[in-house]
Amino acid sequence: MIRRAGAIGAMLLAPMRKLYRRWTHSMLLRVITSTLVVGLAAVALLGAYVTTEIRDGLVDKRIERVLAESARDVDGTQQAIDASTAETPGDLQDLVYDQFEAQSRLGGEGRSIVWLRSPSNDADIVLTPPVTEQRLVTAISPALRESIEPGGGQFWQFTTMPGSDEPAVVVGAPIHLRSAGPYELYFVYSLADEQETLALIQRVLALGAGVLVGLVLFMTWTVTLQAVRPVRAAARVAARLADGHLTERMKVKGHDEMATLATTFNDMAASLQRQINRMEDLSRLQRRFVSDVSHELRTPLTTIRMAADVLHDARGEFEPAVARSAELLATQLDRFEALLADLLEISRIDAGAAQLDFDEHDIADIARDQIEGLYPAAAEQGVELRLWVQAGRHTASMDAPRVGRIIRNLVSNAIEHAQEKPVDIAVASTQRTVAVLVRDYGVGLAPSQVQRVFDRFWRADPARARTMGGTGLGLSIAREDAMLHDGSLEAWGKPGDGAAFRLMLPRGSRGLGVRPPLPLETTADGFEALGERVPLATEAVGL
Amino acid sequence: MRDKSPKHRAWHHVAMAAKILVVDDDPAVAEMTGIVLRADGFEPVFCDHGDRALDVFRAEQPDVILLDLMLPGKSGIDICREIRAESGVPIIMLTAKSDTVDVVLGLESGADDYVPKPFKPRELIARVRARLRRNDSAAPSVVRIGDLEIDVTGHRVSRDGEVIQLTPLEFDVLVTLARHPGKVFTREVLLEDVWGYRHAADTRLVNVHIQRLRAKIERDPENPEIVLTVRGVGYKAGGHSQ
Repeated sequence: MIRRAGAIGAMLLAPMRKLYRRWTHSMLLRVITSTLVVGLAAVALLGAYVTTEIRDGLVDKRIERVLAESARDVDGTQQAIDASTAETPGDLQDLVYDQFEAQSRLGGEGRSIVWLRSPSNDADIVLTPPVTEQRLVTAISPALRESIEPGGGQFWQFTTMPGSDEPAVVVGAPIHLRSAGPYELYFVYSLADEQETLALIQRVLALGAGVLVGLVLFMTWTVTLQAVRPVRAAARVAARLADGHLTERMKVKGHDEMATLATTFNDMAASLQRQINRMEDLSRLQRRFVSDVSHELRTPLTTIRMAADVLHDARGEFEPAVARSAELLATQLDRFEALLADLLEISRIDAGAAQLDFDEHDIADIARDQIEGLYPAAAEQGVELRLWVQAGRHTASMDAPRVGRIIRNLVSNAIEHAQEKPVDIAVASTQRTVAVLVRDYGVGLAPSQVQRVFDRFWRADPARARTMGGTGLGLSIAREDAMLHDGSLEAWGKPGDGAAFRLMLPRGSRGLGVRPPLPLETTADGFEALGERVPLATEAVGL
Repeated sequence: MRDKSPKHRAWHHVAMAAKILVVDDDPAVAEMTGIVLRADGFEPVFCDHGDRALDVFRAEQPDVILLDLMLPGKSGIDICREIRAESGVPIIMLTAKSDTVDVVLGLESGADDYVPKPFKPRELIARVRARLRRNDSAAPSVVRIGDLEIDVTGHRVSRDGEVIQLTPLEFDVLVTLARHPGKVFTREVLLEDVWGYRHAADTRLVNVHIQRLRAKIERDPENPEIVLTVRGVGYKAGGHSQ
């Protein structure tokens, strides 16, 4: 379940990761995006400021005009009413209608008129207040009505035209209708014209801003490309150089900074080429030397080897001292040969002349073969070898003889230091890594010794003899072999508690996984949890 | 001129000492090798210069050649190729270099086996004996595989009546596979059955010789029909054998 949830998470994350990759990999993308963001923000701010200013200017002027006009008309109406002699409801009603007509004529089409009877009016005469349009009454808010008092001044307020979202201004003023009491007179001015003008200005501004941003983007793109192109060219040439095309150079054009970059780059490449050629010559010389030494040493050694073996085979016919000498000659010759082979191997690795022959193998099979081979030697030292293998296959691409040699070196080293206690070997793998752990419970290693354990010819205890016939190069070679596989070989130890060596090899080309398949530090009880105990064929024979 | 048929040579081996040509320029190694060979009942003859090796081979007609690769004059690789052009005599390389390239080059130019220097006398003798040992079991004397007819006792392989020239080693590999059609042989098993190794050895020996065998017997060596590769395991004989 957790794995599935993880998979879905990964699926969701994948496009994000892709985007992030593009973001971090393209300077052009980053510069363009930044320019776009900054440019748009600046234009938006500027546009907002300009629009607000223009709108305020337009509206303020209009309101000024509206207020002047309505004050004038209210005054005119009040004077006309005061001058009239109408007293009867009929005459008063006619007077109101006359005034309404006059106001309508004066104001033109943009102005609507609403008469309302004041809420505080308690006169007996009730007139029908005229309106341009009945629904305009809803445009007048109760708050505005409250502020208008008989004998007071005019008040105004923004509103919208009922039935549409056109903005409008309502100006209200009290009117005293003689014996009919106080009335309220409202002028509703539509602001549709101003709105249209503003919309036009906004459109023009937006268009201008768009063109400006586009222009800035284009400029940024061109400028950045000019700066990025030589960098990309340099990267391409550097990659070709890294691939081993040492003669690759950048084109030098003009005398600007880019030309300086190209010239400096080419100087560096030339210097690199010289260095590499010299290293190659050295390496070639070293390889030849190793090969020559190998041949020159092996030729006499071949004769000595055969002679020693002939003597050794015939030792039964010699007197005891000579017979023993023949024996010593033969065994020490084995040691000498092993030492020579190890020395040549390590110089070959140092010279970078080691050749690996990769093939798919199960590391558990290799470990088992090596352990079976070492079983008699271990039994001779009173050491029990135990192999634990995690379920499943542990295949990886490897050079089988080299990996076999690593394991052989680790196990014989463990046997040598086991002090007649058992040696545990575990094999396990993860998706990306196969690992072998070799653990003994003998003398152990101090932390300072752990650091030196892979040094050539290093001994933890110089007084101790090499019982397993080691050359002192085994662990160094094992480490080099692991490195040649892009793997790792690590050591752990504690005085009196034994030592552990962990070999890890990658299963694919992506290198070692983050999680090691086996812990470096374990106790003897821990191995049962790591894998199944594998019986060894040699055990059954009773060796 | 002696009859060079392998059957005849097997008879020689029983009746008299097998003749071993040792081609090595180091006198001490040559002499010591001679002592060891003589002690085991072989008859050694020597050659210490690359340019003379072919003449000595033609004059002595040895049963096995021990050939050092680094020689004054003509190189061991060239000698190997020239001898192979006219004879299937078993050739065992003696190499001071355990250099992979040299070993593969030697095998590809026709050597049957190799012994890295320095070697133990017992190992050398075992390798020589393995090359002299003949496939004398009482199995059917004629085996068919695909469109090949193998006359085991007569040491002849033919396709549609036309004889194909194989070295004794290549013949051994083919007969071993053909006697158990369909059975998969690992490289290790082939090393034991054909080369006589008792413990793990260089599996490249098998790879190189399978390639050489295919080049001779397959109609299209790129798409073999007789000696098939079983990926990750080894080889088996294909085709329908009756």
